[in-house]
Amino acid sequence: MSKVIDGCGISGIMSTKKNLIPGSEIVTSIDSMNFRYNGLGGGFAGYGIYPDYKDYYAFHLNFENQEARTKTENYLYESLRVIDDEPIPVRKSELIDDTKSISWRYFVGPPRDIENTDDYIVKVVMHINENIPGAHVFSSGKNMGVFKAVGYPKAVADYFRIEDYSAYIWVAHGRYPTNTPGWWGGAHPFNILDWSVVHNGELSSYGTNKNFLEMWGYKCTLITDTEVLAYLFDLLVRRHNIPVEIACNVMTPKFWSEIKSDNSLKGKALQALRMTYGGAIVNGPFSIIVATNNFMFGLTDRVKLRPMVAARKDDRLYIASEECAIRSVCENPDLVWAPRGGEQVIAYMKEVT
Amino acid sequence: MFPPQFSVVIDSDKCEKCKRCTVNCSFEALSYDEREDRIVAKDQKCVACLRCASKCPNGAITIKKNEITFSPHPTWTPEVRLDIMKQAETGGMIIAGMGNDINYPCLFDQIVIDACQVTNPSIDPLREPIEVNTYLGKKPKQLKIAEDFSLETEITPNIMINTPIIIGHVSYGAISLNAHKALAMAASKAGTLMGSGEGGLHPDLYELGDHIIVQVASGRFGVHSKYLEVGAAVEIKIGQGAKPGIGGHLPGEKVTEDIAETRMIPVHTDALSPAPHHDIYSIEDLSQLIYALKEETDYMKPVFVKIAAVHNSAAIASGIARAGADAITIDGFRGGTGAAPEIVRNHLGIPIEVALASVDKRLRDEGIRNEVSLIASGSIRFAADVVKAIALGADAVAIVTPALIAMGCTVCQQCYRGTCAWGICTTRPDLARRLDPEVASRRVYNLIIAWTMELKEVLGALGMNAIESLRYNRERLRGIGIDQKTLEILGIKAAGE
Repeated sequence: MSKVIDGCGISGIMSTKKNLIPGSEIVTSIDSMNFRYNGLGGGFAGYGIYPDYKDYYAFHLNFENQEARTKTENYLYESLRVIDDEPIPVRKSELIDDTKSISWRYFVGPPRDIENTDDYIVKVVMHINENIPGAHVFSSGKNMGVFKAVGYPKAVADYFRIEDYSAYIWVAHGRYPTNTPGWWGGAHPFNILDWSVVHNGELSSYGTNKNFLEMWGYKCTLITDTEVLAYLFDLLVRRHNIPVEIACNVMTPKFWSEIKSDNSLKGKALQALRMTYGGAIVNGPFSIIVATNNFMFGLTDRVKLRPMVAARKDDRLYIASEECAIRSVCENPDLVWAPRGGEQVIAYMKEVT
Repeated sequence: MFPPQFSVVIDSDKCEKCKRCTVNCSFEALSYDEREDRIVAKDQKCVACLRCASKCPNGAITIKKNEITFSPHPTWTPEVRLDIMKQAETGGMIIAGMGNDINYPCLFDQIVIDACQVTNPSIDPLREPIEVNTYLGKKPKQLKIAEDFSLETEITPNIMINTPIIIGHVSYGAISLNAHKALAMAASKAGTLMGSGEGGLHPDLYELGDHIIVQVASGRFGVHSKYLEVGAAVEIKIGQGAKPGIGGHLPGEKVTEDIAETRMIPVHTDALSPAPHHDIYSIEDLSQLIYALKEETDYMKPVFVKIAAVHNSAAIASGIARAGADAITIDGFRGGTGAAPEIVRNHLGIPIEVALASVDKRLRDEGIRNEVSLIASGSIRFAADVVKAIALGADAVAIVTPALIAMGCTVCQQCYRGTCAWGICTTRPDLARRLDPEVASRRVYNLIIAWTMELKEVLGALGMNAIESLRYNRERLRGIGIDQKTLEILGIKAAGE
């Protein structure tokens, strides 16, 4: 299986005070950059959309057929406590061909005797993606969900009734793959646990990143380079406890010439990180927006070969490929700026930096 | 007697009989006949080293291949017949220099490299920084960093080099002191490393020790505390690609006073390296030697282990990584040698491409790739091989033959005779002084710099600005005309896929 190469547009909106943002806003924003897409993929991730089940992992599953669903459910009931499940509500449309797609969501908890529940959930996700033909876990975080399909973002939003949800963080993606198997799993966001990533670009380091991640038990099964970004954040931040700002530096490290003579504790740490996590360096042009329940950030490659604009207004942080995607939903931002290459723009819940 | 391989043609119109060629020929092929007042060539002795031709002020000398000697036959090639004749005459093993000269398919030449188009902008190395700095040594699997950025994970020493190209091991004794110096000076200037080989280190080179990997081989020649102390790293040599499974032999006539002192053996005695280390009969013994060397160097220096590429390299490498080595050099079966039995050089071992790919994969599958750096060597011919080797999984490559060619070697393959006309592979003072270490080191340095530039050019075309993104990135390679099984072993797809 090989990766798919993307051109794309991305947008993210966050309220740092956890004020809920109607789904229609993110749809307007992403739809404003329509020429960046070619109708072969669109998707949304919303955080805070399942308050009634916020302590359970929300599994968004995509099945290509009933058999995949049966097999997956047998496995899910065996390995997890399934609290509730239902079909994800959709509005049938000519614009979305769902003849080979069943969208279902499950709210699950791990078996009671599991020590590290997050690790366990990752294993379950990897197992389904790798071993059950036609079944793919689109998202597996708490109080969040990913909705994605083949189509323009606006059509995908109408299909999944995004306007019915409200979230304190939204990220969205419109896709222009230059080589596509035309399937739903290849659309963004990519997710594992709490992490969602939308990505515009192409990772020239994909093979290295994939091989590096496989040493840590991740299976890259979704045939696209973006997948590795979600897994890298999960590995570095959740499993290795590296602060998210430093994790970004691992993936887009400062040039060696900038750190080699820095003998401060931080300089030494950056040198050691560069040496240790060479396989986690992400190369090639990209701009990404990454979200969890606690923060949202944007990051570009070290020389900024893909666009990114950020803006602030009151408790909101906006990040998008183009300024129009921000202005279309926020006419007068307090501040608009273009982040530098490799420089992270991050906002945590209740504070903006 | 067998027919000569070459014929020396001297153009009598151009020849001024200055006799420079007769002085320069160290193989006694040229002499001056006073009675006839002309230069006389004994074709039988000519090895096509081209020393005479390059020194002739008038360009009067041409060396030609003696093509029409044998009646052609596909099985009984001239080479086969010559070898049989030699053995019929001497009753001995055939000794050969340089690398494997059998025309096995070269996998490097069946692998092509990707490039960016449209969706991924390539990077111009003249405009944007492209980093090729490389660290050799064991890496922690995971880093723990406190809030104040202090490191809670112990980092074992790594060597940072400016380019993933190092100069491999070739001993003082096999080559002249001038040649050894030239390699060390080039490595130092390029910010990389050179291997001492197994003949110890002449005190003149101690000051360049930060750029020298000192080798400990089965003969233990020249191994003492100071030697280990001055080196940047220590390498245990288990095997060599050109002669897997056998030892080495420096004939007594090459063991001059300086070499004897450096090797710590009596003058003019044969320097024999046993086939195995007689204190290493299994992997746990290797581990003991690794830790003995670490103890001796206060755990301040990485310990490398070099093995020849053989069928079971992957499992062996995994064992070596677990035995505590910081880096593993894998030397492919096309690697060079000063002298080896031809049968061993030509038929034992496997190509570096497959050995490297299977070792890297095995270490990743076992989750211990970080435990060791991988250095690939044995017939790295140009920068494209460097790119392919790194994409197949190497951290760095080691080169010797290209460095020797840069210094003036013409690959006449007479290394085992001690009469190198270019002053490289010889210890005869009259020949050794032909090599100016300053000039030679500049040429080797130029070669490393040129390859490094080419490497950056390709990284740019691949849309990468850091060498880390090429390492084991087999996605960016494709095979042409390689069978399915070998593609699997190499971990690459076929071109067009």
